[in-house]
Amino acid sequence: MAYITKSVFLRFSPEVVDTPIVYCLAHDFQLIPNIIKADINPQKQGYIVMTLSGDEDDYCRGIDYLKEKGLEVEALVDRISWDEKTCTQCGACTAVCPSRALTIKRPQMSVEFDGSKCIVCNMCIQACPVGAVKLDI
Amino acid sequence: MVKKTYEEINEKIKRGTAVVVTAEEVIDIAAAEGIKKAAEKIDVVTTGTFGIMCSSGAFLNFWHTKPKMKMAHVWLNDVAAYGGIAAVDAYIGAAEVIEGDPCNNNHPGHFRYGGGHVIEDLIAGKEIRLRADAYGTDCYPLRKLEKTITINDLRDAFMFNPRNSYQNYNVGVNCSDKTVYTYMGILKPHCANAHYSSSGQLSPLINDPYYRTIGIGTRIFLGGGEGYVAWPGTQHAPNDPRSENGVPLGGAGTLAVIGDMKQMNSRYVRGVSITGYGVSLMVGIGVPIPILDEEILEFTTIKDQDIFAPICDYGILYPAGEKCDIGSVSYAELKTGEIEFQGKKIRTAPLSSYTMAQEIAGSLKGWINQGKFLLGQPSQLLPTDEKRGQL
Repeated sequence: MAYITKSVFLRFSPEVVDTPIVYCLAHDFQLIPNIIKADINPQKQGYIVMTLSGDEDDYCRGIDYLKEKGLEVEALVDRISWDEKTCTQCGACTAVCPSRALTIKRPQMSVEFDGSKCIVCNMCIQACPVGAVKLDI
Repeated sequence: MVKKTYEEINEKIKRGTAVVVTAEEVIDIAAAEGIKKAAEKIDVVTTGTFGIMCSSGAFLNFWHTKPKMKMAHVWLNDVAAYGGIAAVDAYIGAAEVIEGDPCNNNHPGHFRYGGGHVIEDLIAGKEIRLRADAYGTDCYPLRKLEKTITINDLRDAFMFNPRNSYQNYNVGVNCSDKTVYTYMGILKPHCANAHYSSSGQLSPLINDPYYRTIGIGTRIFLGGGEGYVAWPGTQHAPNDPRSENGVPLGGAGTLAVIGDMKQMNSRYVRGVSITGYGVSLMVGIGVPIPILDEEILEFTTIKDQDIFAPICDYGILYPAGEKCDIGSVSYAELKTGEIEFQGKKIRTAPLSSYTMAQEIAGSLKGWINQGKFLLGQPSQLLPTDEKRGQL
């Protein structure tokens, strides 16, 4: 089985907020969780953005476990969108993107986006003058 | 000696025999064939730039109302336009922020909508809420007006940008120890990134560094339509130091441009929100350079590696009004995405779109090749000498 690393977006309801999912993912499924971003609101709803690394089979079982527990699980790339049509290809986002998810293809000097590298730091959202990058979390 | 006139080149354009190339293409042609042969062969070199140009705006005329009105205050989508000109004329500036925007009260502000966006929305044909008030006169009694309009409802809509298309521009870095939010983008502390804003070898005034062909009346590509150079731009500073090839080492020349917004395409006129700074407008400009002689051709062969921009500190020196030039770098180096500065490698990013600049230079070339666009002979060239002052 292949060793993989994937970025996931997890949304949890007040009913599952007390479940120690990070511990379970590591202990029961031998996955390495790396939390990039997390938030919880006063209604005890929240989200976690994390990367999960491990055996592909264990990853799939881990994701099934999260779903059984009632968490909404999505690939992070489905939550981030870069609209190529809105983008003016200026490149203002590229030097502030710490993970190099947004880069300039050379020598064409066109902007490219690789969602799998995104760590949801929001720098591009601040940097883009035309709102071409959107994050829905 | 190669000598051509505007009339001769325009005749060729009308006949469809003019040879038109972009400021990128001319580099290889001249390298292969030599300056003299290239100057004989090529009639026009097209340039292009697409970037944020804050000193932009539009004059609008709303037609007379019934009863008549002398608008004193005007808002478009809640963005104030200047109404202190005749009855139903107004000027909307690109940098005007929408009313009620918290601006930088919660720093850095987002500046989601403003004059630049109104201009883009008008050109895109979108509906705009017009609101105006007046004190009322015997000849202009109406005191309030609210209606929804599009650009088609306007009698006149022409862009008039007092300062566009800087000849060269600063590279922004930040020597302070906190992130700064500037018109040069987000600059991280300790010079962790550098932003530049020029199309370099494609940029209009870089290709005609002593303004031998560009002046009042030069016909240009402006926002996807046909426009004109109206005047030297504000802060036109031709006396800035230059390198041996004539290319200024600082901002130097600027253009004031004018053009009919009803011809424009919102692809080339984009409202922008600059975090922590304000609203503005991205403008697409292309200037054709007639190859009147060999020297003019040679100027157009300028390459990114021979154009140098000043590296300026926007963290401490620039805001203080001090001399902020702390280095120099070529556009060829900037375009690699990384430069070495003060002993360390730092990432670079452009704020002006090179691909759009290429598209504009290519479109202008297409217009000329199709015989749709003739060269406008300037009635007066841009000044090459100017005094400089400070308040």
